[in-house]
Amino acid sequence: MELAFYLSGLTAVLATLGVIANPNPVHGVLYLVVSLLAVAMVFFSLGAPFAGALEIIVYAGAIMVLFVFVVMMLNLGQAAAEQERLWLKPRTWLGPSLLAAVLLLTLIGLLWQGNTQAMIEGGGLTAKGAGTLLYGPWLLLVELGALLLLAALVTASHVGRTTPVAAPSPAPRDMPTQAADQPVPRTTPGDKPPNTGGKPPNTGGEEVS
Amino acid sequence: MNGVPMEHGLVLASILFALGLGGLMFRRNMIFVLMSLEIMLNAAGLAFIVAGTGWQQPEGQVMFLLVITLAAAEASVGLALLIQLYHRFKTLNIDVASRMRG
Repeated sequence: MELAFYLSGLTAVLATLGVIANPNPVHGVLYLVVSLLAVAMVFFSLGAPFAGALEIIVYAGAIMVLFVFVVMMLNLGQAAAEQERLWLKPRTWLGPSLLAAVLLLTLIGLLWQGNTQAMIEGGGLTAKGAGTLLYGPWLLLVELGALLLLAALVTASHVGRTTPVAAPSPAPRDMPTQAADQPVPRTTPGDKPPNTGGKPPNTGGEEVS
Repeated sequence: MNGVPMEHGLVLASILFALGLGGLMFRRNMIFVLMSLEIMLNAAGLAFIVAGTGWQQPEGQVMFLLVITLAAAEASVGLALLIQLYHRFKTLNIDVASRMRG
């Protein structure tokens, strides 16, 4: 159990380093999947199998697949990786890394002084304990989580809609034709026409193309 | 040696958190910023689980459930914002969206 903990912890740290120092977004996402699986292995070795299974299913299975889908949808090519490589100069990352390292050293020093003396022997955390707590005294937390997920659903479906943005996006491309037909209200990517509420740019400029 | 000291688990969580914090500060691509946020939330969940197993309390698992819910909500909203950023500016550089307009 100890060997599993230290090995998977080392894997998690190395894979996380691979995430934050990688110029390619797809490779970064895959490294993050490896890191999350390693953290799930840490959970298994600590004796919290329910949390480990949740980590694999929700984090590595659902959230990371969402990331992979978005990266595939954006269709970033080799140019994006080159741009990232340009941004990853030592001048850029040295200062923030030093600040984060100072904070980390402070945290580790405080942890070392705090002698909790607790040893983790494994086992003990089951789904039954979490279920009795969640549907007993902590029921408010379930309601809060449900409300949070509903708010996130509404926000994501409102912010992520592409139809009102797809109308202004042809504007820079055919700028000369836009200048030719004058009565079409000019739409820059930032401003929407003020008088339309629900689906603004779909009414005017869409039928031109 | 029998068992892992609790400090080692907490140190692992803080190392992961510091890595995520560094990535959040020095990356400019919004995909990597969101991934660093996920790393930090995951480190917080790891600290909860370590404390829960160290003291044999199931509350750590409950808080881990809340953290995972928060991470899912944050990822969905953040990815929607990322798609909007890419549609409007044709880039993922978060510095282009520094003006608060529209």
